Amino acid sequence: MIEVNHIYKTFYVPHEVKALVDVSNKIEAGEVVVVIGPSGSGKSTFLRCLNRLETAEHGQILVDGVDIFDPKTDINTVRAEMGMVFQSFNLYPHLTVHGNVTLAQKLVRKRHKKEREEKTMMLLEKVGIAAKAKAWPSNLSGGQQQRVAIARALAMDPKIMLFDEPTSALDPEMIGEVLEVMKTLAKEGMTMVCVTHEMGFAREVADRVIFMDEGMIVEEGTPEKFYQNPSHDRTKLFLKQIL
Amino acid sequence: MEQNISNIKRLSNPIAYVFSVCGYVALLFLVIGSVYYATVAVDYQWRWFKVPKYFIYQQAITLYAEGYGEIDTIAANKDKVDILVTTDAGDRTYTVPKDSFNWVEGDMVSPGDVIASYEGGWQPGILAKGLWVTLKISFLSTIFGILLGIIGGVARVSDTPVLKWSAISYVEVIRGSPLLVQIMIFYFVLGTTMNNILVMNGISKLPPEWYGIMALSVFTGAYVVEIVRAGIESIHPGQVEAARSSGMNYFQCMFYIILPQALKTILPPLAGQFINLIKDSSLLGMISVRELTKATREGITTSLQTFELWILCAILYLLMTFTLSMCVQYLERRTATK
Repeated sequence: MIEVNHIYKTFYVPHEVKALVDVSNKIEAGEVVVVIGPSGSGKSTFLRCLNRLETAEHGQILVDGVDIFDPKTDINTVRAEMGMVFQSFNLYPHLTVHGNVTLAQKLVRKRHKKEREEKTMMLLEKVGIAAKAKAWPSNLSGGQQQRVAIARALAMDPKIMLFDEPTSALDPEMIGEVLEVMKTLAKEGMTMVCVTHEMGFAREVADRVIFMDEGMIVEEGTPEKFYQNPSHDRTKLFLKQIL
Repeated sequence: MEQNISNIKRLSNPIAYVFSVCGYVALLFLVIGSVYYATVAVDYQWRWFKVPKYFIYQQAITLYAEGYGEIDTIAANKDKVDILVTTDAGDRTYTVPKDSFNWVEGDMVSPGDVIASYEGGWQPGILAKGLWVTLKISFLSTIFGILLGIIGGVARVSDTPVLKWSAISYVEVIRGSPLLVQIMIFYFVLGTTMNNILVMNGISKLPPEWYGIMALSVFTGAYVVEIVRAGIESIHPGQVEAARSSGMNYFQCMFYIILPQALKTILPPLAGQFINLIKDSSLLGMISVRELTKATREGITTSLQTFELWILCAILYLLMTFTLSMCVQYLERRTATK
């Protein structure tokens, strides 16, 4: 479904940082991949490259066989198939919860009003926040906001969901409700790439864990093998620090 | 949604609060009192009673006979009177109010005799007309200024050199040169050329008002570009990422996500800009647009009541700007974060 071939990315501002160095990977349809790694290891950059929020300098990413760095590719159609959830939620503060979930359906999917309404309410119910449909984002708790953000991404009927540290900005008691939604999604067979440190989530639903450090994929494997029997010293050190 | 900007309460003591309010009132009286003292002390004859006619007045109408002849008939016509006058210059019927003449049927008239004199309907005075012109010009320039500003602001933040550099040049040139010169160039150079072209194609000339509106819109637009740019840049980049990652294109993201949010932050500086615009419209007197300031100046040449009319003119501007400022504050409250 997603094929990443030897991508490189360097940031020059404020100083030169090699964010991605020769990263390759293949993500199959229906797979749940968890990316972990220390801060600055390039895991977010990797995720953001998948829908071209960042452009790689070299290399190629194929999404459903479409080269997304090709200037001829209409990136908006590719992005519409990939939902993204951010660490800081990024809900539109000038729209209600309902408006947040509806807007892209109208602008990008060109759905009719009735269809949009049904979809929106269905999704808000799914993430357990239908009662707050008319509320403003600023009146919601972090966990509620993040669930709305997930509903907003799902409204496009994406084939792939990208999660960029969805629980890192949440108070501890709210992490559970967001993970619950993510687990449901994973069990429904959604293809997911999650940058997250939630080990419980990784153990329960991930098919594969990728460990990144200094812009490179150091190790990958099933959660059982990864957490219980890591092969690299760097991985061992990291796991020791976070556990 | 009342919201305290600062939650640091400095005047928690109610007596201190009352004292503070009293201080304000005292200050107000002091200022008004000294201005009043100055008006008395200055060697000037204040004639405020002469002022109202510059707002609204009754037109005096006098009708004269046109030749030698006589008053033929005087007939009632509803609440008025028809006077048929037959003269060697031809017959003519005058419809006038009842008490505006003292003729009887058969009276002889000569050319120049007053058939009737009476007060016509209420007419807007020169200041009222000037006020209307100023309002009209300010309103239209505001609309066009906002349009130019939004287009320019979006161009200013774009990555395309032709758009970005055009916007920068526009802002720097217009913002950096005197409005008076711009108005003159718009009217005497651009206006003359355009009017010539219009006349050559059999279309009538545009009045100076329109060139004035163009000049003001372009001038205000340049400032609004920078205000809009600042507004756009104040929006968190995560908003763009959220919108773009859901498949919206650049313009959808701009018009549905960025600008609506930016509008909220740019309202106060926009208000300041449009208050300036109202006052800047006074420069249009240069190209013979009879707006409020020019009307005041003309009023002064006939009445010689310099101070009264200028003060009045200032009060009228103040009324307009204050109303605008109130409207914007209302808008600000409405768009405040829910």
